[in-house]
Amino acid sequence: MSSILGSFTRALFLILNLDKELFGIIFLSIWVSGAALLFASFIGLPLGALLAFRKFPLRGLIISFLNTFMGLPPVVVGLFLYLLLSRSGPFGFMSLLYTPSAMIIAQSILAFPIVSSLSHSAIVSVDPIIKQTAMTLGATRYQVSLTVIKEARYGIMSAIMTALGRVMAEVGAILIVGGNIAGFTRVMTTTIALETDKGNFELALALGIILLSISLTINSVVLFVQKKGIGGAKR
Amino acid sequence: MSLTFAAFNISKSYNGSQVLKECSFSFDGSGVYVLTGPNGSGKSTFLRICALIEPPDEGEILFSSQGKTIEKDLRLRRRITLVFPRSGVFNTTAFRNVAYGLTVRGIRGVQVIGKVHEALDFVGLDHKSDQNALTLSSGEIQRLNITRALVIKPEILFLDEPTASVDEANTEIIENIVMKLKKEHRATVVITTHDKEQAIRLADRKLIIKNWKVVEDE
Repeated sequence: MSSILGSFTRALFLILNLDKELFGIIFLSIWVSGAALLFASFIGLPLGALLAFRKFPLRGLIISFLNTFMGLPPVVVGLFLYLLLSRSGPFGFMSLLYTPSAMIIAQSILAFPIVSSLSHSAIVSVDPIIKQTAMTLGATRYQVSLTVIKEARYGIMSAIMTALGRVMAEVGAILIVGGNIAGFTRVMTTTIALETDKGNFELALALGIILLSISLTINSVVLFVQKKGIGGAKR
Repeated sequence: MSLTFAAFNISKSYNGSQVLKECSFSFDGSGVYVLTGPNGSGKSTFLRICALIEPPDEGEILFSSQGKTIEKDLRLRRRITLVFPRSGVFNTTAFRNVAYGLTVRGIRGVQVIGKVHEALDFVGLDHKSDQNALTLSSGEIQRLNITRALVIKPEILFLDEPTASVDEANTEIIENIVMKLKKEHRATVVITTHDKEQAIRLADRKLIIKNWKVVEDE
């Protein structure tokens, strides 16, 4: 018990002293997750909207796949990406393995189904009367779609935040394709795994506290966003 | 100039149950048409078909101006509008809700501000222009729905059960709005209601649905 408390105090010391190594790790975590989220949203949001507004063959199948991939095991993604990016793999010539870029790709793959599937369901759950009203008020087809997306904005925002929550806390995929190289591909989650293995609990705990705080902040934002969306209807 | 329309042999059924059958009626003058009938008699369906929100199974709606038939495109859709009985307000301020019909037509800036405030004032809601529309009372929401339609100055205005879910005070306000429109000859108004007294108060011509057809109520 006392060793845990001791680790805890030293962890706080590390945080309060703005330890350089610690901040490098935090910064890389945020950079990798942020970039991945940006890519995932860039592809995921238009796909979510397309699935919600247009009827085309295989649409149902794509939705089922996206729903399944929301729970994709990160280590499996890591493994496949490793095989693709390794020297002997089809994309080996790009030398991406063990770089932050490979980590961003891995996390984009994990975040993308969450963004598109949840934003799709946010858009389809908008009351059909909104679409009809927009039509009666003289909107073009494009304007009608924009209006429906606007009505789904809180749901779409929480889709993005949910994806961010997942990639921030993820360890399996980025450990495999990033390699956890100190000062280069080492992020919060991979450091926690490594330092715990080494018995170096201070840094692991310090990072654990920070990771938890970040997750807590993300979830508070999601809750706030959702509340704002629903609160509007109730107040 | 004035836009008129007529229904020709409209038939519509939902899941095999007939709602309208070979229904024809010509709305050839301005004024207020009130369509009455019990729930489920097909009033709303008829209105939605006339307002081009829903296609009929058979038959067609023809719009004409100065004796010439007009194509049913976006330009025509922007000259008519329908107000639903159920709320379809957007999750934003009352002002932006009313401005919607103007901004989708590419109208911007000062013009929008003036027109929206004028329209909100017309229905007595200008003091609530910055409030989120979802937080208004159901009577106010229905007035807001009508305001959104009025601001675009439609030539034909369809009101589907405008007073079905509002209290007496709001019913009176809504009826006054219709009376004002009638006096100013601003639009052809087609209203559905199951309130017979209201029909008498508002109508220039009273219509009823009988045997799946719209006919003049004697």
